[in-house]
Amino acid sequence: MVAQLTKSERQVALVILLALTIVGLIFAGAGKDDPIGVHGFLIMACAIAAIFAVISASAEPEPSPERLDTYYDDPSKIGIVLAMAWAAVGMLVGFWVALLLAFPDLTFDAGWASFGRLRPVHTSGVIFGFGGNALIATSFYVMQRTSRARLPDQLSPLFVLFGYNLFCLLAATGYLMGITQSKEYAEPEWYADIWLVIVWVTYLVLYLRTLARRQEPHIYVANWYYLAFVLVVAMLHIVNNLAVPVGLGSAKSYSLFSGVQDAMTQWWYGHNAVAFFLTAGFLGMMYYYLPKRAGRPLFSYRMSIISFWGITFLYMWAGSHHLHYTALPQWVQTLGMTFSVMLLVPSWSAAANALLTLNGAWHKVRDDATLRFMMVAAVFYGLTTFEGSFLAIRPVNALSHYTDWTVGHVHAGALGWVAMITFGAIYASVPWLWKRDAMYSARLVEVHFWFAVTGTIIYVISMWNSGIIQGLMWRTYTPEGTLAYSFVDSLIEMHPYYIARAIGGLFFLIGTLVGCYNIWMTVRGEALPAATEPAGDIPAPAIAARQPAE
Amino acid sequence: MFGLHYKLERKSIGLALAIIGIGSIGGLVEIAPLFTIDQTVEDAPGMRVYTPLELAGRNIYVREGCYACHSQMIRTLRDEVERYGPYSLAVESKYDHPMLWGSKRTGPDLARIGGKYSDQWHVAHFVNPREIVPPSVMPSYARLLRNPLRTDDLGRHLRAMRAVGVPYTDDMIANATADAIGQATPGGEAADGVSKRYGEATNVRVFDGLPGELTEMDALVAYLQIVGRLTDAAYKTAGK
Repeated sequence: MVAQLTKSERQVALVILLALTIVGLIFAGAGKDDPIGVHGFLIMACAIAAIFAVISASAEPEPSPERLDTYYDDPSKIGIVLAMAWAAVGMLVGFWVALLLAFPDLTFDAGWASFGRLRPVHTSGVIFGFGGNALIATSFYVMQRTSRARLPDQLSPLFVLFGYNLFCLLAATGYLMGITQSKEYAEPEWYADIWLVIVWVTYLVLYLRTLARRQEPHIYVANWYYLAFVLVVAMLHIVNNLAVPVGLGSAKSYSLFSGVQDAMTQWWYGHNAVAFFLTAGFLGMMYYYLPKRAGRPLFSYRMSIISFWGITFLYMWAGSHHLHYTALPQWVQTLGMTFSVMLLVPSWSAAANALLTLNGAWHKVRDDATLRFMMVAAVFYGLTTFEGSFLAIRPVNALSHYTDWTVGHVHAGALGWVAMITFGAIYASVPWLWKRDAMYSARLVEVHFWFAVTGTIIYVISMWNSGIIQGLMWRTYTPEGTLAYSFVDSLIEMHPYYIARAIGGLFFLIGTLVGCYNIWMTVRGEALPAATEPAGDIPAPAIAARQPAE
Repeated sequence: MFGLHYKLERKSIGLALAIIGIGSIGGLVEIAPLFTIDQTVEDAPGMRVYTPLELAGRNIYVREGCYACHSQMIRTLRDEVERYGPYSLAVESKYDHPMLWGSKRTGPDLARIGGKYSDQWHVAHFVNPREIVPPSVMPSYARLLRNPLRTDDLGRHLRAMRAVGVPYTDDMIANATADAIGQATPGGEAADGVSKRYGEATNVRVFDGLPGELTEMDALVAYLQIVGRLTDAAYKTAGK
């Protein structure tokens, strides 16, 4: 990996890592009686390990200029491995916290072991660890192919990838120590947030630099989505995390906004993290991998324009549907509800565009579990966005809000859409990236597929049941006009569904572990001889240069 | 329209600027007015700020992720008002940086928990929730009774809160540590300081049942006992 860097890039890497070590040292010193001190040491340890890696490879020769004739895929490979590792960890923790709700006495008598601290490890682990790494890895892959241009340098993609994983590591370890801002899906504290801004700006610049080098006049639709993902997530992250830290030696900060303004900002962020992290980014993935795997052109260019701008415009209004009947002014709630319903149009046009692309390739869907992952993802995307618009309607929300129905809805999206499209994209990419004929075992992909689908269905159905029961019990009146059930009555009814949910999660986790094994065995397998590599999977200038020789 | 797009998608910077422009509208229309329209947050003269002990307790509530299972936002629905109490007003979380409205009720709403149960109930419930409520799925927080509360940096916490707009006075900031100890040590001079700075109605007592020891349990219970009681504006609205 380090051998891929030029001499000057290695020097820049050392300077960056040295600066990071000093930052770690400052936090370790200033925060010696605060959890931030532990993070100081963690940052230092990561930076020093990386310094050793760079120095130990310093004797290696510079990469040859011939590298410029191929795409730069190392960061994508590492990103996919990291994504699968985070998936295993994040889903395992998810399974564990599901068990804790069914059997609370499993909690160990230690701070880190309680539900409240483990839950964000699960959510961040799967959203940012698994989803984020998959997005970074595939975006590097897709932007190079659709631009027919190599990444502009070797260092910045690695900086983005490893810098992002340092952020994820600070987040997950921080929650265990009780470091959190309490803002859902934006829990990491001020110093991790600042670090993410640095990483993210590098990512954006890298993306724009690659696009600037493109050999295709048009920017392919997948890149619109990836670009929207990078840009809007930056916007959301910066605004929602504005805060005043207690001091350099303290992990704690106080949010700049309070009360109703803070709630609105948080759910503007929260819902658009769904829109631009969990939707736009993964739609970018879908728009490349699904047509590619199916061997069919995208069904409609115009539909993709409508859905792209529809999603970019409408989603940003929808966050307030998280705050129906609260102290948020009614006019904002009504706007949120209205735009949420309108969102169905671009969402379904994206889902339909994907499914119609499969026309003429349905026999492949039947035979190829990788393509089937992507097809099922598009179906779940359609279902979940319909459910989302429905739940955003005020009277429906009166019943569903605060209940497990929301949890079920989120998992229909996260398991059915995000994870499925990711597994499809990863199973497609792994043989292409490592130059293998195919995955190690097509049958294991099939096994993973059925575990994933079964797990998702068990999970979602149990949460629909528990959520609707909860919502109805809370509002049921006796004929005398008093509330029929206490809160605890509703809690008792949840128990069987909490067990069922844990079983659904376990199915999904097993599927993921099967996938990890299959990918590992594929990577360890034999590479194709160079002569049989797919032709044309090289940047456009390299093709032009090769022409006369042929 | 599609012809225009055909040109736009050939310009990466143009595309990026269009995304930022189109994507900013929703947030600007919905969020910016919340800071400028006066009716958004009701007036509540006499609303007090959190004492240092209560703020420390609130930070423990955040640290332990209590918000993941408990909301602090009673909606304007009949069953919620009858179950939990008067619906929540925006002003009640005016000093909440960040707000803890929550999104899920695995446990009940806590917006009106202040004063509902005794300190002893809370301590016993934290030590073993299932001893008080057998079907409860809440984890035990017995360790809060063992953890001494850190108070030496509370002045800096108050100062950061003032920086984001909470009206803490210099006097409050200078005495933050003493006030935290004083609020859980009734009868002493320090306790008088708390009443003087935060009002006579402030709860001053041994919250965790362990006199002489200031634990994290003291802080968390002190916080829970003030949730929903910084102002009585919600009860006045309900009475109208």
